Amino acid sequence: MASLARRRATDYAVKAISTGFAALSLVFLAWILWTLLSRGLPALGPHVFTKITAPPGAGGGLLNAIVGSLIQIGVALVIGTPIGLMCGTFLSENGRGTHVGNAVRFVNDVLLSAPSILIGLFVYQLLVVPFGGFSGWAGSIALAILVIPVVVRTTEDMLNLVPIGLREAAFALGAPQWKVVTFVTWRAARAGIVTGILLALARAAGETAPLLFTSLGNNGWSISLNAPMASLPIAIYQYAASPFEDWVALAWAGALIITVGVLTLNILSRLVLAKMK
Amino acid sequence: MDATLSGTQAARSLATAHKPTGRVSDPIFVGLLWGCGIFVLLLLGLIIAMLFEGGLPALREFGISFLWSTAWNPVTERFGAGVMVFGTLFSAIIAVIVALPLSFGIAFFLTEIAPGPFRRPVGVAIQLLAAVPSIIYGMWGFFIVVPLIATYVQPPLIEWLGPIPLIGALFQGPPLGAGMLTAGLILALMILPFITAMFVEVLESVPPMLKESAYGVGATTYEVYRNVSVPYGRTAMVGAIMLGLGRALGETMAVTFVIGNATRMSASLFAPGATIASTIANEFPEASIGSLKLQALLQLGFILFVISFIVLALSRLLVRSRLKG
Repeated sequence: MASLARRRATDYAVKAISTGFAALSLVFLAWILWTLLSRGLPALGPHVFTKITAPPGAGGGLLNAIVGSLIQIGVALVIGTPIGLMCGTFLSENGRGTHVGNAVRFVNDVLLSAPSILIGLFVYQLLVVPFGGFSGWAGSIALAILVIPVVVRTTEDMLNLVPIGLREAAFALGAPQWKVVTFVTWRAARAGIVTGILLALARAAGETAPLLFTSLGNNGWSISLNAPMASLPIAIYQYAASPFEDWVALAWAGALIITVGVLTLNILSRLVLAKMK
Repeated sequence: MDATLSGTQAARSLATAHKPTGRVSDPIFVGLLWGCGIFVLLLLGLIIAMLFEGGLPALREFGISFLWSTAWNPVTERFGAGVMVFGTLFSAIIAVIVALPLSFGIAFFLTEIAPGPFRRPVGVAIQLLAAVPSIIYGMWGFFIVVPLIATYVQPPLIEWLGPIPLIGALFQGPPLGAGMLTAGLILALMILPFITAMFVEVLESVPPMLKESAYGVGATTYEVYRNVSVPYGRTAMVGAIMLGLGRALGETMAVTFVIGNATRMSASLFAPGATIASTIANEFPEASIGSLKLQALLQLGFILFVISFIVLALSRLLVRSRLKG
């Protein structure tokens, strides 16, 4: 075995390097945020929120993209949350230890990390091709498929934290299962379930790839779910890759808006989760 | 598994034995729960089936050699997945190689070194790296990282390492900035939080008794980490690495911005390339419904799904087996 001095020196060196690595990753986070602030803030103005996208040089904003994103995320949550909530409840209440339950949990974990662009391709095949066109519905459903696994996972985890005694007490009073779940279990885990929905919202808000082949994007004003619909990530993608300075500036403004929104949601949900555990 | 399980079962069997109120509503509710569970199962099956079915004509046209053929020519309508499969694996492996030592170090920092009050804020900040949307990494990479690499990293490396036989092949070509290396580096930053978080979770599950006995015989903090904690969590940590790999394989927007999108095969780290995901994102707008190109893209999607599925399934099996044990 090496000498004590040498072992101590190794220990010290590894500690220093590890601390350096942690600092390095924080530097990268700060660097990304600084880039967004320094390029996004100057480009941010009332026009971003009041005008719709326009040709380069015409002084457009991002209003239709922001509204389109909000609509699609909203519809995705309305579709995805109940399914995710019920599936998470199934895993925690009915599916534990059963083969079906294990299979569902496994599949859900795969869906949670599956490439989001493939969800876009899937919805393209499922809805866009048969119904003859890109639409807000297709975009919303693609986002809903991303929302479901996040909600399932957090719901199951949170319901598992609810003490079994609470359920037993309710069952002992003669309550049927649906009452026990809705009035006791869900209520006890309410904060955690809402956190899962917020995390799902944050994920859906930043996704670009699944919208490319579903809602496509729209440079005009349209809030019809049956027509192609604009969205913030798609507008950013289109503008960032363009050669026009004012478009690139708008892309940075949009990137700043999305990132601030997504990070705020994440920090909020982590605070709630920390309080619960 | 634990007391909770038997508790639920006991409560449930009690409830069913009694047939209390809700004779009608309960079967409906339970049916809904089962329905949603089964729905998620069917969803995965449907995704696989539709991607396969959509790409089937391309597979019929080009045969099984589609998998490794390096042709990608929209004009002559010759398509093959070889270049993209190579690019997907190459960039993801660079990402894992770069992210791995960082994750080991950061997990060591978060579990053993960081003073109490620092642990949570630093841990949360690193997790925020996972929350930043993919397209933001793409923009940052395209506007900031690519020029830096083209100016400061590539020219000296090409000059110094390029002429060396064998490994020199990795450092050939013009300093474009965009390419495999840049894509791999950005992917590394994106998967780092996932790997680190799981490492920390595994390391925190190491029984304190094991670590204390090692300390008791005079081991240093690093020796305990290396010889006790990491071997204890080895299986789950391999699972965590596979999860990172799985994430890197399917990442789309960030890669599309920085990989250069060239459908040529090259062993150089600096050469522009393409991944399956970036090719789909890039070429989809130019593919019309029913065209052979669209079918080839769908077939690419199916291949990516199969690769990710295998990696993610392995990851999950490894992680769960450990955490249960």
